[in-house]
Amino acid sequence: MNEHDLTLRIGGEAGMGLESSGAGFAKALMRGGLWVFGVPDFRSRIRGGHNFFTLRAGPTPLYSIADPVHLLLALDKETIRRHLADVVPGGAIVYDQQLELEDELQREDVVYVPVPLTEMAREIGGAEVMRNTLALGVASGLLDFDLQHVETVIRENFSRKGEEVVDANLKLAQEGVRLSEPFKDDYSFRLRPAAEPPERILINGTQAFALGALAGGGRFVSGYPMTPGSPVLIWFAQHGADYGVVAKHVEDEIAAINMALGAAVMGARSLVPTSGGGFALMVEATGFAGIGEIPVVIYNAQRPGPATGLPTRTEQGDLLFMIHAAQGEFARMVLAPGSIEEAFHLGWHAFNAAERAQTPVMVLSDQFLADAFRSVEPSALNFDAVALDRGKLLTEAELDNLSEDYRRYKVTESGVSPRALPGHPNAVFVTESNEHDEYPRINEEMDNRVAQQSKRMRKVQTLREDVPAPTWYGPEESELTLICWGSTYGPAREAVDRLNTEAAGRANLLHFSGLEPFPPTAEAELNRAQLKIVVEGNYTGQLESLIRTHTGIEADSAIRRFDGRPFRPEYILAQLEEV
Amino acid sequence: MVTRADYRIDERPTWCRGCGDYGILNALSRALVEQGIAPHETIVVTGIGCGSKLPQYMRVNGMHTLHGRPMPIAQGARLANHDMHVIVVHGDGDGYGEGLGHFAHGVRRNPRLTELVQNNKIYGLTKGQYSPTSAQGWRTSTSPRGSAEQKVEPLALAITQGATFVARGYPGKLDHLIWLIGEALNYPGYALIDILQPCVTFNPKRSYDYYNPRVYALEDESDYDPTDRTAAWLQAQAWGERIPIGIFYRVDPEPSLETYEPALEAGPLVKQPLKPLNTEQITTLLEPLR
Ligand SMILES: Cc1ncc(C[n+]2csc(CCOP(=O)(O)OP(=O)(O)O)c2C)c(N)n1
Ligand code: SF4
Ligand SMILES: [Mg+2]
Repeated sequence: MNEHDLTLRIGGEAGMGLESSGAGFAKALMRGGLWVFGVPDFRSRIRGGHNFFTLRAGPTPLYSIADPVHLLLALDKETIRRHLADVVPGGAIVYDQQLELEDELQREDVVYVPVPLTEMAREIGGAEVMRNTLALGVASGLLDFDLQHVETVIRENFSRKGEEVVDANLKLAQEGVRLSEPFKDDYSFRLRPAAEPPERILINGTQAFALGALAGGGRFVSGYPMTPGSPVLIWFAQHGADYGVVAKHVEDEIAAINMALGAAVMGARSLVPTSGGGFALMVEATGFAGIGEIPVVIYNAQRPGPATGLPTRTEQGDLLFMIHAAQGEFARMVLAPGSIEEAFHLGWHAFNAAERAQTPVMVLSDQFLADAFRSVEPSALNFDAVALDRGKLLTEAELDNLSEDYRRYKVTESGVSPRALPGHPNAVFVTESNEHDEYPRINEEMDNRVAQQSKRMRKVQTLREDVPAPTWYGPEESELTLICWGSTYGPAREAVDRLNTEAAGRANLLHFSGLEPFPPTAEAELNRAQLKIVVEGNYTGQLESLIRTHTGIEADSAIRRFDGRPFRPEYILAQLEEV
Repeated sequence: MVTRADYRIDERPTWCRGCGDYGILNALSRALVEQGIAPHETIVVTGIGCGSKLPQYMRVNGMHTLHGRPMPIAQGARLANHDMHVIVVHGDGDGYGEGLGHFAHGVRRNPRLTELVQNNKIYGLTKGQYSPTSAQGWRTSTSPRGSAEQKVEPLALAITQGATFVARGYPGKLDHLIWLIGEALNYPGYALIDILQPCVTFNPKRSYDYYNPRVYALEDESDYDPTDRTAAWLQAQAWGERIPIGIFYRVDPEPSLETYEPALEAGPLVKQPLKPLNTEQITTLLEPLR
């Protein structure tokens, strides 16, 4: 029976091919009609050190990983040592029979499945890495997950390497199923494929955002590799050219954003993907985009800082930094998608918002959202909703008929000035980083400064119209409200579901994907909450302080996490007990 | 027809009387007119410094940006719209100090830009600190005991980094400078012109009186071969009683940066219509995720 979702974890050393095996199995499960959610947990190193991959699958949509493990595939002893406590009673551990397990690695209530992982991988495949396939074969056997979907994925993934490699892997998977037979009676968890599985896609936050940005007309991408932001740069480097995109890996982050600004002034929708340390280098140029009124989208996939911090891990520590970065004051937007759906949507919305207000728009993701993948209906990426709004961009005809000298920084009621792109004889102008008048001539007079600074700041109103309102999940009247932003949405949503399964009406969720300008509806929504608990992945409570600053509302309590690991529903529920 | 009037603007430069930047402004607009390039067909990207205010003083598209950053900005502009002539203008502190990394890397890419450096061997706008091109031992407010550093050799560095058009100009030889800029504008690759720019206020020891008797044009030397890379590299570092100007090194360029971008085969990025993805494209994009 597939009544519950199950968690499978495959662990070993860096370099053992865990990520591709995990992703391959996830895809097989999805094609078998199961909903899946997977997260890599990797150290910042190429070889050695403990890495693992957690894959959750079940009969209903999933938004997070969970703590209890039902099946542990241990490619080394360290995996058993570290994860033994997470294995549920009745769960199983598949491991290499060569390993001798000390007493402390033995549990009465767990099924031990020793198999000749290394030996057989060498014998049949001629390479140790193929033991992953054998282990996944054993997993399929134990779970009663028909091998056909695994076999298709093997064929797809290994066809590049030749028929021989495909055959060896197929054989190993089949051997795995055979080896699992003697243990199946003792192991009762099952993940049976559906007879007619629906079409779904397996996608992570990186891909969802990149697809959104491409759909939104992103045409120029420049960046410098920094985990976990670089996957967006890599995505565009690999796919962009087919869709008319220039994607460049340049000498540093300062060059990356400045190149993007050059392209943006000329009229290309420009994106700079990075992580917090890279954004720190981009700060001055972000201010240039502010005073120069240049639309640009900055994507920061956060990792724990400061400095190098924990390169491959997750945190929500950059929120206030993004809101305040750069000297002086200017209007900007900060967005933080909480799901695949939102990552896609904000990917294109960010460009519209940036062009409508002619100012930088920042999208804050993090390692968890960027790397975790989820199965979704293809419609979760709502391509039909994509609209391209370039704001007050003057058309060729409007420029042809311009009756007065063009004023790039014309003072208007909304603060947004009609924008020309360089190249038209009637609109010859300078993009200016010094304070300037409307034309723009450099101008230091008091009145002019006040007029121009006020004009730029009035654009906050346009941004307010475009900033997403906080959204509710769960029953309207609830005893307590979890308040979160960004990637915490998924785990918090599952925590809410579990609370309401225990007792209806216990909890709901208020989620912020728009943080700057602070959404105008936030105060009213917050006032509808009873017990307010802010859940966020940082030490100081950055959303909590934003709420206090903008509304004067004090949260009743907070749940925070800053150990570099993503939130999980169990963590939230355990902390709730305490508060 | 493009005329000088097209580039004229009713704005008085805030430069000191006698500043070499006047000559550079003059030479640039005259070269543009000579080449028949209209103000809307070009964009002048500058950094921050005295000379970087140049787009304020002529009627032309421009970006007056950040100290040290005009080079990447110009490359982005060029990649986005390669129908435009993109000209980068900045000081020695800007391009060889704050922006040295962008310079060294930008050259490697061979973007089709004309780069003009107002090299006065001093920080003008911040009132007279030694710059990366000041001679070792130069005394200024931040080097009261004389600077410790050897000077950057921009022309030799550019040659090392793969530049194929490397020149030096001098506003005291205005016609020569106009000619040089014209050559650079027509060159189908990255072209550097480092310009000996007198700063009469903060670096009087490197003013006209110093340069006039020393400067000579390589074009006047019958035995100078500007296609000899090693000779050019050595000549680029020659300094003393005779200071060469002119084209140190010029050969046919490698393919320029834009030619590596398949997206630009259909024309300038900004001229390609911005429209939603079609069904077929969406299907292709989602295929690997299924
Ligand atoms: C990031 C940054 N650092 C410092 C400055 C201050 N600053 C302005 S111009 C300048 C030096 C100018 O020297 P140079 O580039 O040689 O131009 P010049 O004034 O000599 O033409 C400096 C240091 C600045 N504007 N931005
Ligand atoms: S300080 Fe020097 S560089 Fe600046 S305007 Fe005066 S003479 Fe020219
Ligand atoms: Mg200088």
